[in-house]
Amino acid sequence: MPELTFREALRQALREEMLRDERVFLMGEDIGAYGGSYAVTRGLLEEFGEKRVKDTPIAEAAIVGLATGAAMGGLKPVAELMTINFSLLAADQIINHLAKIYYMFGGQFTAPAVIRTAAGWGQLGATHSQFLEVIYSHVPGLKVVMPSTPYDAKGLLKAAIRDPDPVLFIEHTLLYGIRGEVPDEEYLVPIGLADVKRPGRDVTIVAYARMVHVAMNAARELEAEGVDCEIVDLRTLRPLDIETVVESVKKTNHVVIVEEDWKSFGVGAEVAARIAEQAFDYLDAPVVRVGMLEVPMPYNRNLERHVVPDEADVLAAVRSVVGSRV
Amino acid sequence: MIEQTVLSRELLLGFYRQMVLIRRFEDKAAEMYTLGKIGGFLHLYNGEEAVAVGAISVLRPEDHIFTHYRDHGHALARGMDPRRVMAELFGKTTGVSRGRGGSMHMADPALRFWGGYAIVGGHIPLACGMALAIQYRGADEVVLCIFGDGATNIGEFHEGLNLAALWKLPVIFLCENNFYGMGTHVRRAASTPEIYRRAEVYGIRSEQVDGMDLLAVREVMSRAMDYVRAGHGPYFIEALTYRFRGHSMADPELYRSREEVEEWRRQRDPITRFSGYIIQNGYATAEELAAIEQEVEAEVEEAVRFADESPEPPLESVTEYVYVNPGPARRVAHA
Ligand SMILES: Cc1ncc(C[n+]2csc(CCOP(=O)(O)OP(=O)(O)O)c2C)c(N)n1
Ligand SMILES: [Mg+2]
Repeated sequence: MPELTFREALRQALREEMLRDERVFLMGEDIGAYGGSYAVTRGLLEEFGEKRVKDTPIAEAAIVGLATGAAMGGLKPVAELMTINFSLLAADQIINHLAKIYYMFGGQFTAPAVIRTAAGWGQLGATHSQFLEVIYSHVPGLKVVMPSTPYDAKGLLKAAIRDPDPVLFIEHTLLYGIRGEVPDEEYLVPIGLADVKRPGRDVTIVAYARMVHVAMNAARELEAEGVDCEIVDLRTLRPLDIETVVESVKKTNHVVIVEEDWKSFGVGAEVAARIAEQAFDYLDAPVVRVGMLEVPMPYNRNLERHVVPDEADVLAAVRSVVGSRV
Repeated sequence: MIEQTVLSRELLLGFYRQMVLIRRFEDKAAEMYTLGKIGGFLHLYNGEEAVAVGAISVLRPEDHIFTHYRDHGHALARGMDPRRVMAELFGKTTGVSRGRGGSMHMADPALRFWGGYAIVGGHIPLACGMALAIQYRGADEVVLCIFGDGATNIGEFHEGLNLAALWKLPVIFLCENNFYGMGTHVRRAASTPEIYRRAEVYGIRSEQVDGMDLLAVREVMSRAMDYVRAGHGPYFIEALTYRFRGHSMADPELYRSREEVEEWRRQRDPITRFSGYIIQNGYATAEELAAIEQEVEAEVEEAVRFADESPEPPLESVTEYVYVNPGPARRVAHA
């Protein structure tokens, strides 16, 4: 199978869907002439022209609002918000409009737009280093996807574009350069299904996006210690595939949840609560969460590294959990 | 009026009927609200009828409408069934939005009426998006986007106008300037209270019209339609109007005097003005107009009966319409 970067896989997904369906078009800041701030859309303006690849002004509410209206008008817009931090300027459009169109008018019509955006960090300072997926995952009517591998990224983006509901598609900036196998044949990855990235017997590590890779590295080390980790990649945050998590917990009886975000009111809190509701009797130890320190992101390189969870944090968490193995 | 000679008696009486229908419908809705049949917010359109009826009468069936929460008048002017609009106010399954929307969220895609929206200015980008879809398909259709004076101070208004002008989108912006956003007078909210001038800075052709004069609204609207359909891009209309009732049913109206309201009602009522025009020009007699009013009265009574007798939505239906596709089968089975 050919190896592609995460970025290339996304570009292939966009390109294939644009070739497949005339109604698919892209819009966003600097996606065309500039080539995309993370180069995902590079070359697409040249190939498809200005009708299909629209550079917009710096106007996040208008980007999402026009995408929503165009989707109501029968098109399949894939709008890009340069980073998720700027999505806050479009929060009204995403939460008050995009997410509500189908329900509020009694199911008469819908707005199946895809909003792609990027989240990550790298000495970018407090306003440019946030993961706000939790805000949107809170909202009924939205689907929220956050892939970890090139394979999933391509399959999920294609599925998002064909989905009849609005989808927020979040790409981790530190994953754009990773490589992974992506088949030549067409495939889709269904939205709403988690994936067991590594089967194991002793402990379930729930993660998503970049933390899946951090967990995989930790699992390799733990294997040497005789601890067999099962890694569940959520892939989609809403709708959340808790069944896959619960099945895993019933087998391993131990859980660590890893999120690259503040833990308060977060994905880990949600997953832990559902485990408590659905698999409490299967737990041999308290659920442990690994997440970011609860501070705005500092600029300093060492401080930043200190804030973000890493392999050592996952190792410590797993050891604390399996330490109570009977 | 230019149109005087072209407009038929039938057409004029149709406009009269629609304005009276809106007025009676709103009065009846107020009554139903005080009886507790309608809950939540209720924003009435009394006094502004000539704007909705005048502007919407110029649209063709294939054109589109996006509007704000003060939407009953626009819905009725577009031909929505008053029974189903009243049923929506009552929250019933037979309501246009199946009781999920309420007063502020009337919609009917068959009429290309894409809904009333309750976040001030929030629907302006949506209307531009629909116009983008029209342009993309190369269709000969126009979007009418209606909002209040208060909406022209919000970011989404400016983002939407800029993009509409930049991309030459087929959209007509219609600002219903009734001089107040809730209790704040336009002079206390807008640095440039002549709203139509705000569109000029985006290079959008714009004009102001007396929104209490139905024929004047039609004339400007026709001009706007020709301009937009010729592919020149958006058009902006500021209609000067006045709401005769409070902002919503909860408004004690501390911010304006009774005299001010009375003066508008007595001297500028768009229905009185239009009936005067019809009678003076011999299109119909006062008796004929009274007969129309009686017909409308009966229609509104029937709307209330229909709404009242319609079923409540079943409680188990509350989770419908969140997602078209809730997810893979295994999830649904466990939901
Ligand atoms: C973004 C936002 N802020 C505040 C409100 C509360 N609100 C509802 S209507 C309104 C006044 C709007 O005035 P205008 O646009 O002139 O419309 P009118 O009610 O006069 O028809 C306000 C402030 C809201 N719905 N949305
Ligand atoms: Mg107003």
